[in-house]
Amino acid sequence: MVLHANDKTNVKAVFGKIGGQAEELGAETLERMFAAYPQTKTYFPHFDLAKGSAQVKGHGKKVAAALVEAANHVDDIAGALSKLSDLHAQKLRVDPVNFKLLGQCFLVVVASRHPALLTPEVHASLDKFLCAVGTVLTAKYR
Amino acid sequence: MVHWSAEEKQLIASVWGKVSVEECGAEALARLLIVYPWTQRFFSDFGNLSSPTAIIGNPKVRAHGKKVLTSFGEAIKNLDSIKGTFSKLSALHCDKLHVDPENFRLLGDILVIVLASHFGRDFSPACQCAWQKLVGVVAHALARKYH
Repeated sequence: MVLHANDKTNVKAVFGKIGGQAEELGAETLERMFAAYPQTKTYFPHFDLAKGSAQVKGHGKKVAAALVEAANHVDDIAGALSKLSDLHAQKLRVDPVNFKLLGQCFLVVVASRHPALLTPEVHASLDKFLCAVGTVLTAKYR
Repeated sequence: MVHWSAEEKQLIASVWGKVSVEECGAEALARLLIVYPWTQRFFSDFGNLSSPTAIIGNPKVRAHGKKVLTSFGEAIKNLDSIKGTFSKLSALHCDKLHVDPENFRLLGDILVIVLASHFGRDFSPACQCAWQKLVGVVAHALARKYH
Protein backbone atom coordinates (compact mmCIF):
# COMPACT_ATOMS: atom_id res chain seq x y z
CA MET A 1 0.00 0.00 0.00
CA VAL A 2 1.76 3.08 -1.31
CA LEU A 3 1.05 6.56 0.04
CA HIS A 4 0.59 8.95 -2.85
CA ALA A 5 1.27 12.66 -2.73
CA ASN A 6 -2.35 13.50 -1.89
CA ASP A 7 -2.35 10.94 0.94
CA LYS A 8 0.73 12.52 2.48
CA THR A 9 -0.82 15.98 2.16
CA ASN A 10 -4.04 14.77 3.78
CA VAL A 11 -2.20 13.03 6.62
CA LYS A 12 -0.04 16.05 7.37
CA ALA A 13 -3.09 18.32 7.31
CA VAL A 14 -5.04 16.11 9.72
CA PHE A 15 -2.20 15.78 12.18
CA GLY A 16 -1.54 19.48 11.87
CA LYS A 17 -5.06 20.04 13.19
CA ILE A 18 -5.27 17.27 15.81
CA GLY A 19 -1.63 16.87 16.81
CA GLY A 20 -2.16 19.21 19.74
CA GLN A 21 -4.69 16.84 21.30
CA ALA A 22 -2.62 13.78 20.52
CA GLU A 23 -2.52 12.56 24.14
CA GLU A 24 -6.28 12.71 24.57
CA LEU A 25 -6.88 11.07 21.21
CA GLY A 26 -4.39 8.33 22.02
CA ALA A 27 -6.00 7.61 25.37
CA GLU A 28 -9.50 7.51 23.91
CA THR A 29 -8.31 5.26 21.08
CA LEU A 30 -7.00 2.75 23.58
CA GLU A 31 -10.11 3.01 25.77
CA ARG A 32 -12.29 2.26 22.75
CA MET A 33 -10.03 -0.57 21.61
CA PHE A 34 -10.13 -2.28 25.01
CA ALA A 35 -13.94 -1.90 25.10
CA ALA A 36 -14.72 -3.01 21.55
CA TYR A 37 -11.99 -5.65 21.25
CA PRO A 38 -11.44 -7.11 24.72
CA GLN A 39 -8.84 -9.55 23.38
CA THR A 40 -6.47 -6.59 23.02
CA LYS A 41 -6.37 -6.34 26.81
CA THR A 42 -4.28 -9.52 26.88
CA TYR A 43 -1.26 -7.42 26.01
CA PHE A 44 -1.70 -5.32 29.16
CA PRO A 45 -2.10 -7.70 32.11
CA HIS A 46 0.16 -5.40 34.09
CA PHE A 47 -2.04 -2.34 33.53
CA ASP A 48 -4.99 -0.94 35.40
CA LEU A 49 -7.48 -0.73 32.54
CA ALA A 50 -10.33 0.93 34.47
CA LYS A 51 -11.81 4.08 32.97
CA GLY A 52 -9.56 7.07 33.50
CA SER A 53 -6.53 4.92 34.23
CA ALA A 54 -3.32 6.92 34.38
CA GLN A 55 -1.48 4.01 32.76
CA VAL A 56 -3.85 3.98 29.78
CA LYS A 57 -3.50 7.75 29.46
CA GLY A 58 0.26 7.43 29.57
CA HIS A 59 0.32 4.68 27.02
CA GLY A 60 -2.15 6.51 24.79
CA LYS A 61 0.23 9.45 24.84
CA LYS A 62 3.07 7.18 23.60
CA VAL A 63 0.95 5.65 20.85
CA ALA A 64 -0.25 9.06 19.69
CA ALA A 65 3.30 10.44 19.74
CA ALA A 66 4.41 7.62 17.46
CA LEU A 67 1.59 8.38 15.02
CA VAL A 68 2.53 12.07 15.06
CA GLU A 69 6.16 11.15 14.44
CA ALA A 70 5.17 8.95 11.52
CA ALA A 71 3.00 11.75 10.11
CA ASN A 72 5.88 14.21 10.44
CA HIS A 73 8.11 11.82 8.50
CA VAL A 74 5.49 10.48 6.16
CA ASP A 75 8.07 10.14 3.38
CA ASP A 76 10.02 7.64 5.47
CA ILE A 77 7.76 6.00 8.04
CA ALA A 78 10.05 2.97 8.22
CA GLY A 79 12.98 5.17 9.15
CA ALA A 80 11.02 7.22 11.66
CA LEU A 81 9.63 4.14 13.43
CA SER A 82 12.65 1.86 13.04
CA LYS A 83 13.34 1.57 16.76
CA LEU A 84 9.66 1.00 17.52
CA SER A 85 9.64 -1.65 14.83
CA ASP A 86 12.56 -3.41 16.55
CA LEU A 87 10.77 -3.20 19.89
CA HIS A 88 7.59 -4.75 18.51
CA ALA A 89 9.51 -7.54 16.80
CA GLN A 90 11.85 -8.43 19.63
CA LYS A 91 9.94 -7.68 22.77
CA LEU A 92 6.28 -6.79 22.36
CA ARG A 93 5.33 -9.18 19.54
CA VAL A 94 1.79 -7.86 19.27
CA ASP A 95 -0.05 -10.01 16.74
CA PRO A 96 -0.31 -8.09 13.45
CA VAL A 97 -4.11 -8.33 13.41
CA ASN A 98 -4.32 -5.91 16.33
CA PHE A 99 -2.91 -2.93 14.45
CA LYS A 100 -6.02 -2.89 12.30
CA LEU A 101 -8.17 -2.83 15.43
CA LEU A 102 -6.20 0.11 16.84
CA GLY A 103 -6.50 1.85 13.47
CA GLN A 104 -10.28 1.38 13.41
CA CYS A 105 -10.59 2.92 16.88
CA PHE A 106 -8.34 5.83 15.97
CA LEU A 107 -10.55 6.57 12.95
CA VAL A 108 -13.64 6.39 15.17
CA VAL A 109 -12.08 8.89 17.58
CA VAL A 110 -11.22 11.30 14.77
CA ALA A 111 -14.71 10.83 13.25
CA SER A 112 -16.47 11.51 16.53
CA ARG A 113 -14.37 14.54 17.50
CA HIS A 114 -13.67 16.05 14.09
CA PRO A 115 -16.38 14.82 11.68
CA ALA A 116 -15.79 17.71 9.28
CA LEU A 117 -12.11 16.80 9.04
CA LEU A 118 -12.76 13.20 8.07
CA THR A 119 -14.00 13.65 4.53
CA PRO A 120 -14.10 10.45 2.46
CA GLU A 121 -10.81 11.38 0.79
CA VAL A 122 -9.09 12.10 4.10
CA HIS A 123 -10.61 8.93 5.56
CA ALA A 124 -9.03 6.95 2.70
CA SER A 125 -5.61 8.57 3.22
CA LEU A 126 -5.69 8.14 6.99
CA ASP A 127 -6.71 4.49 6.64
CA LYS A 128 -3.80 3.90 4.27
CA PHE A 129 -1.44 5.74 6.63
CA LEU A 130 -2.52 3.61 9.60
CA CYS A 131 -2.06 0.45 7.48
CA ALA A 132 1.42 1.64 6.56
CA VAL A 133 2.30 2.23 10.22
CA GLY A 134 1.07 -1.27 11.12
CA THR A 135 3.09 -2.75 8.28
CA VAL A 136 6.26 -0.97 9.45
CA LEU A 137 5.78 -2.06 13.06
CA THR A 138 5.39 -5.71 12.05
CA ALA A 139 7.97 -5.68 9.24
CA LYS A 140 10.75 -7.30 11.26
CA TYR A 141 8.59 -9.99 12.88
CA ARG A 142 10.12 -12.75 10.74
CA MET B 1 -27.63 -17.69 19.09
CA VAL B 2 -25.98 -14.38 19.92
CA HIS B 3 -26.66 -13.00 23.37
CA TRP B 4 -27.44 -9.29 23.62
CA SER B 5 -27.47 -7.61 27.00
CA ALA B 6 -30.22 -5.12 27.76
CA GLU B 7 -27.60 -2.38 27.64
CA GLU B 8 -26.38 -3.44 24.19
CA LYS B 9 -29.94 -3.53 22.85
CA GLN B 10 -30.57 -0.07 24.25
CA LEU B 11 -27.35 1.36 22.79
CA ILE B 12 -28.14 -0.11 19.38
CA ALA B 13 -31.78 1.04 19.40
CA SER B 14 -31.05 4.55 20.61
CA VAL B 15 -28.54 5.15 17.79
CA TRP B 16 -30.72 3.48 15.16
CA GLY B 17 -33.73 5.54 16.16
CA LYS B 18 -31.88 8.70 15.14
CA VAL B 19 -30.27 7.39 11.94
CA SER B 20 -31.37 8.55 8.51
CA VAL B 21 -31.17 5.22 6.73
CA GLU B 22 -30.98 6.93 3.35
CA GLU B 23 -28.18 9.34 4.30
CA CYS B 24 -26.10 6.95 6.37
CA GLY B 25 -26.53 4.13 3.90
CA ALA B 26 -25.46 6.30 0.99
CA GLU B 27 -22.50 7.66 2.93
CA ALA B 28 -21.35 4.26 4.15
CA LEU B 29 -21.43 2.70 0.69
CA ALA B 30 -19.75 5.72 -0.89
CA ARG B 31 -16.97 5.61 1.69
CA LEU B 32 -16.51 1.87 1.11
CA LEU B 33 -15.99 2.51 -2.62
CA ILE B 34 -13.65 5.44 -1.91
CA VAL B 35 -11.58 4.07 0.97
CA TYR B 36 -11.33 0.54 -0.47
CA PRO B 37 -11.53 1.18 -4.23
CA TRP B 38 -11.19 -2.49 -5.11
CA THR B 39 -14.75 -2.92 -3.83
CA GLN B 40 -15.88 -1.10 -6.97
CA ARG B 41 -15.42 -4.41 -8.74
CA PHE B 42 -18.96 -5.36 -7.74
CA PHE B 43 -20.52 -2.25 -9.21
CA SER B 44 -19.32 -2.07 -12.81
CA ASP B 45 -22.83 -1.16 -13.94
CA PHE B 46 -23.14 1.78 -11.58
CA GLY B 47 -21.79 4.31 -14.07
CA ASN B 48 -19.36 7.00 -13.02
CA LEU B 49 -17.20 5.94 -10.05
CA SER B 50 -14.13 7.77 -11.28
CA SER B 51 -13.62 10.11 -8.31
CA PRO B 52 -14.81 10.58 -4.74
CA THR B 53 -17.09 13.40 -5.94
CA ALA B 54 -18.55 11.18 -8.67
CA ILE B 55 -19.09 8.33 -6.20
CA ILE B 56 -20.76 10.52 -3.59
CA GLY B 57 -23.08 12.07 -6.19
CA ASN B 58 -23.82 8.80 -7.99
CA PRO B 59 -27.57 8.09 -7.67
CA LYS B 60 -27.08 4.33 -7.98
CA VAL B 61 -24.63 4.41 -5.08
CA ARG B 62 -27.11 6.37 -2.97
CA ALA B 63 -29.97 4.04 -3.84
CA HIS B 64 -27.97 0.93 -3.17
CA GLY B 65 -26.58 2.33 0.06
CA LYS B 66 -30.13 2.94 1.25
CA LYS B 67 -31.10 -0.61 0.27
CA VAL B 68 -28.15 -2.11 2.15
CA LEU B 69 -28.76 -0.13 5.32
CA THR B 70 -32.51 -0.82 5.20
CA SER B 71 -31.62 -4.49 5.18
CA PHE B 72 -29.33 -3.87 8.14
CA GLY B 73 -32.37 -2.50 9.92
CA GLU B 74 -33.95 -5.94 9.64
CA ALA B 75 -31.11 -7.31 11.76
CA ILE B 76 -31.83 -4.69 14.40
CA LYS B 77 -35.53 -5.62 14.41
CA ASN B 78 -34.56 -9.26 14.80
CA LEU B 79 -31.50 -9.21 17.04
CA ASP B 80 -32.34 -12.62 18.41
CA SER B 81 -32.55 -14.28 15.00
CA ILE B 82 -30.03 -12.53 12.77
CA LYS B 83 -28.80 -15.77 11.20
CA GLY B 84 -32.31 -16.67 10.07
CA THR B 85 -33.04 -13.15 8.93
CA PHE B 86 -30.05 -13.14 6.56
CA SER B 87 -30.17 -16.76 5.42
CA LYS B 88 -31.51 -16.00 1.94
CA LEU B 89 -29.34 -12.91 1.54
CA SER B 90 -26.29 -14.97 2.47
CA ALA B 91 -27.05 -17.52 -0.25
CA LEU B 92 -27.63 -14.67 -2.71
CA HIS B 93 -24.29 -13.00 -1.93
CA CYS B 94 -22.51 -16.32 -2.44
CA ASP B 95 -24.30 -17.86 -5.39
CA LYS B 96 -25.38 -14.87 -7.44
CA LEU B 97 -23.32 -11.88 -6.34
CA HIS B 98 -20.04 -13.72 -5.60
CA VAL B 99 -19.02 -11.25 -2.89
CA ASP B 100 -16.02 -12.12 -0.71
CA PRO B 101 -17.33 -11.99 2.90
CA GLU B 102 -14.36 -9.81 3.84
CA ASN B 103 -16.31 -7.00 2.20
CA PHE B 104 -19.05 -7.30 4.85
CA ARG B 105 -16.43 -6.68 7.53
CA LEU B 106 -15.07 -3.68 5.64
CA LEU B 107 -18.53 -2.16 5.23
CA GLY B 108 -19.35 -2.83 8.89
CA ASP B 109 -16.26 -0.94 10.06
CA ILE B 110 -17.05 1.94 7.73
CA LEU B 111 -20.62 2.08 9.05
CA VAL B 112 -19.27 2.41 12.60
CA ILE B 113 -17.07 5.32 11.50
CA VAL B 114 -20.02 7.02 9.76
CA LEU B 115 -22.11 6.66 12.93
CA ALA B 116 -19.25 8.10 14.99
CA SER B 117 -19.05 11.12 12.69
CA HIS B 118 -22.82 11.71 13.00
CA PHE B 119 -23.17 11.17 16.74
CA GLY B 120 -19.88 12.60 18.01
CA ARG B 121 -19.30 12.24 21.74
CA ASP B 122 -22.67 10.43 22.06
CA PHE B 123 -21.05 7.54 20.22
CA SER B 124 -19.39 6.39 23.42
CA PRO B 125 -16.92 3.52 23.71
CA ALA B 126 -19.78 1.35 25.02
CA CYS B 127 -21.87 2.38 22.04
CA GLN B 128 -19.05 1.58 19.62
CA CYS B 129 -18.60 -1.77 21.35
CA ALA B 130 -22.25 -2.73 20.83
CA TRP B 131 -22.16 -1.64 17.21
CA GLN B 132 -18.86 -3.37 16.41
CA LYS B 133 -20.46 -6.53 17.82
CA LEU B 134 -23.57 -5.98 15.68
CA VAL B 135 -21.67 -5.41 12.43
CA GLY B 136 -19.57 -8.47 13.22
CA VAL B 137 -22.66 -10.60 13.79
CA VAL B 138 -24.26 -9.33 10.58
CA ALA B 139 -21.07 -10.05 8.60
CA HIS B 140 -20.93 -13.54 10.08
CA ALA B 141 -24.60 -14.19 9.25
CA LEU B 142 -24.12 -13.04 5.66
CA ALA B 143 -21.16 -15.37 5.27
CA ARG B 144 -22.87 -18.33 6.89
CA LYS B 145 -24.43 -19.89 3.78
CA TYR B 146 -21.25 -19.69 1.71
CA HIS B 147 -19.99 -22.87 0.21
